[in-house]
Amino acid sequence: MPVESVFPRLEALLPHVQKPIQYVGGELNSTVKPWEECDVRWALMYPDAYEVGLPNQGVMILYEILNERPGVLAERTYSVWPDLEALMREHGVPQFTVDSHRPVGAFDVLGVSFSTELGYTNLLTALDLAGIPLRAEDRTGEHPLVIAGGHAAFNPEPVADFLDCAVLGDGEQAVLAITETIRAWKDEGRPGGRDELLLRLARTGGVYVPGFYDVEYHPDGRIARVVPGRSGVPWRVAKHTVMDLDEWPYPKQPLVPLAETVHERMSVEIFRGCTRGCRFCQAGMITRPVRERSITGIGDMVEKGLAATGFEEVGLLSLSSADHSEIGDVAKGLADRYENDRIGLSLPSTRVDAFNIDLANELTRNGRRSGLTFAPEGATERIRKVINKMVSEEDLIRTVATAYGNGWRQVKLYFMCGLPTETDEDVLQIADMAAKVIAKGRQVTGGNDIRCTVSIGGFVPKPHTPFQWAPQLSAEETDRRLEKLRDRIREDRQYGRNIGFRYHDGKPGIVEGLLSRGDRRVGEVIRAVWEAGGRFDGWREFFSYDLWMESAARVLPRYGVDVDWYTTRERGYEEVLPWDHLDSGLDKDWLWEDWQDALDEQELDDCRWTPCFDCGVCPAMGTEIQVGPTGRKLLPLTVVPQ
Amino acid sequence: MQRIRLRYTKRGRLRFTSHRDFQRAFERALRRAEVPMAYSAGFTPHPKVSYANAAPTGTASEAEYLEIALAEPRDPETVRRLLDASLPPGLDVTEAVQARTSDFADRLAASCWELRLDGVRPEEAAAAVRSFLATETVEVRRQTKKGTRTFDARAAVMSLSVASGAGETAVAGGLPGGSDGPTDPACAILRLVVRHTTPAVRPDDVLSGLRSTADLAPPVPAAVTRLAQGPFDEETGTVTDPFAPDRDADPAAPPTAAGQWTAAVSEVTGQGPSGQP
Repeated sequence: MPVESVFPRLEALLPHVQKPIQYVGGELNSTVKPWEECDVRWALMYPDAYEVGLPNQGVMILYEILNERPGVLAERTYSVWPDLEALMREHGVPQFTVDSHRPVGAFDVLGVSFSTELGYTNLLTALDLAGIPLRAEDRTGEHPLVIAGGHAAFNPEPVADFLDCAVLGDGEQAVLAITETIRAWKDEGRPGGRDELLLRLARTGGVYVPGFYDVEYHPDGRIARVVPGRSGVPWRVAKHTVMDLDEWPYPKQPLVPLAETVHERMSVEIFRGCTRGCRFCQAGMITRPVRERSITGIGDMVEKGLAATGFEEVGLLSLSSADHSEIGDVAKGLADRYENDRIGLSLPSTRVDAFNIDLANELTRNGRRSGLTFAPEGATERIRKVINKMVSEEDLIRTVATAYGNGWRQVKLYFMCGLPTETDEDVLQIADMAAKVIAKGRQVTGGNDIRCTVSIGGFVPKPHTPFQWAPQLSAEETDRRLEKLRDRIREDRQYGRNIGFRYHDGKPGIVEGLLSRGDRRVGEVIRAVWEAGGRFDGWREFFSYDLWMESAARVLPRYGVDVDWYTTRERGYEEVLPWDHLDSGLDKDWLWEDWQDALDEQELDDCRWTPCFDCGVCPAMGTEIQVGPTGRKLLPLTVVPQ
Repeated sequence: MQRIRLRYTKRGRLRFTSHRDFQRAFERALRRAEVPMAYSAGFTPHPKVSYANAAPTGTASEAEYLEIALAEPRDPETVRRLLDASLPPGLDVTEAVQARTSDFADRLAASCWELRLDGVRPEEAAAAVRSFLATETVEVRRQTKKGTRTFDARAAVMSLSVASGAGETAVAGGLPGGSDGPTDPACAILRLVVRHTTPAVRPDDVLSGLRSTADLAPPVPAAVTRLAQGPFDEETGTVTDPFAPDRDADPAAPPTAAGQWTAAVSEVTGQGPSGQP
């Protein structure tokens, strides 16, 4: 059956909307394959605006891997802004892909990547515009399978009603395995319809089909148990782990948009996973073990990626980039190679230690040294022990002194507010730390032109972390602590004027908390918010706290629970958590011990350089730590004989 | 320092590219094509590119112009070809000349536009055009960032006519997926020649003028394409080629110089923009 492009109809709407370029596709390195020649077709969605979604590495990687396969096609779709959404509804234009402008409803799979829970309402908009029934149970053989991935998929329960499947962990091999299952089922003439396909996927043990699990509740609202309702469906669903990053050098041909996007650079993931063990960090917990890309693999990706894109900046991404076993040689090698090419190198997510200043110097050989960012996360030694962020104040001050001594003039410090066991004093100490940083800077440079910006995020407890049992701080209490801190900074006559203070109020964090640790009952809240017009919850201009609270107050009482029950309530050891049947590899007892250690202010070292601390991941997943050094070096790219 | 002037297009769906979007895309294309650009001095050096009179977002164009400055001389045609290959289809680099004259921007004195009005009968359009041209001044208003601005849209219009016959093609929908429907019975195509004045009179302003003088209200947005940009020839009433003076000034390049350029170019292509399909 031919599937026509909706572009002629869309085109007539584009003169009336903001930034129409985001809807037209045609990006450099994008791929359009013939529809008829493919038998498995994926629509990949990042459920946010194009400018945020396009640079997303996850979508870019899967897009390329799928399109490389013969007979498989992948196109991309993003959330449309409310101005276009209104026009699409008025003129009957469905949710479309930007590559060929095909209706999303015509694909075999709609794969949605959730980096954050705040994209859930946008999922509903896309399903609705695509003509796909919101509830999975209402879908038939003519509708795509709706599959969620990304970090939020480690607890997809709040959107379980709207999903056919969720996939945990690395997607590279998982999407190909799913593709093969779909292809075989279609080749056989779709035996047993949609139900049979879902059953085949569920029985692999690597695809979670929420519809095949029944949740039973205690009278007090807690979950009693989660039971597979079909034979052959496993009790627990495991995450996927790609073991050799050098075998998966994606994206090889990064997409280069015409529209302006949030990251305009060539990104190379230099390793995956992190075992630093920061207790608040879901990303670090669910992506274990550490698997490094080799120095030569990195050099190769940078070289090819720059040639394919013309980008001026290279980002060396990971959860803690300076921890790569050969980061010094990587930085020096790349700086040598691109010294004369006006290519900027950046190393996000670095830790507080002096070695990182050397790295930063290397990466800015020719450029200006404006600002350095560190994340101590907590301002007192005590709270840093609770969160297992092993850095002392002396380390920080010494690092800062080195930075200023090397010509850096601005330091930015990241902190969190609302951490478990936190007191007012832990937060107020942020002002003192910033003052000490400035004092040190003035001393080292002999000048007063020194700034320190403190940026503060509200802590939200996340599933699969030692803090999954912790009570979240209420929005009111968060705001009160931050106001006290603001006053403390203002009162500081000596340094206050040089301290920048950035923070968000506590309300969005509560909604994020509700969605992060929510269960299936929260799905009704999401739907109610969406029906009342909730969209783009990650955007301050669209987010409405009141809408969320009103919707929750209408839905949740009938289950005997409320928003506080999901957010500020501390959970006990015995409680069945909504995501317990989803296996990140972490041993729940280990997580509990680490939670107890946190309360006892006990630190835990990194398993890369100390013995295994039995978090459970490697034996459960059959994986192991993959780190260098390889001992190899990056050679100059071209030797031109004179 | 060698300067090369380029003509480029915004065709089909890429007419929705804003000028800022184009600038970023072009500077990346310069890198991919390994054009040895001259850079500005200063704290953050940027490649020397001068843009002129960008067409508004959403309007197609066959005649956009820019000038680049090179650190090492190159053959203009080779540079054109490499840049064209490095930009997405629709943003096409169609002509190149080496700059041998000054005041290029001043030479872009007028534009010729095509306005395709779907759902408007040619007779209806012709009547509106007649009453527009018969009016001495046509006050129009445009929303700008600073508020509403009122100005005359009539004086800058050198000619305005309804194109005759079905031989006319609308360039705005030229790529696959475009919305040109040649079978649509009601479709008027206007030809507009307008002088570049301050404030600039855009096709949109002329459409506003047609609405205010003759109640012409197209049911769908007009598909607008800039066909030409350059000096205005008073005698013929047409827009002429802005590159002509540069071509005339070219002293039939001596073989040594041409040979030198060819050598330099093959060196560049030898290193190659690798991995490009």
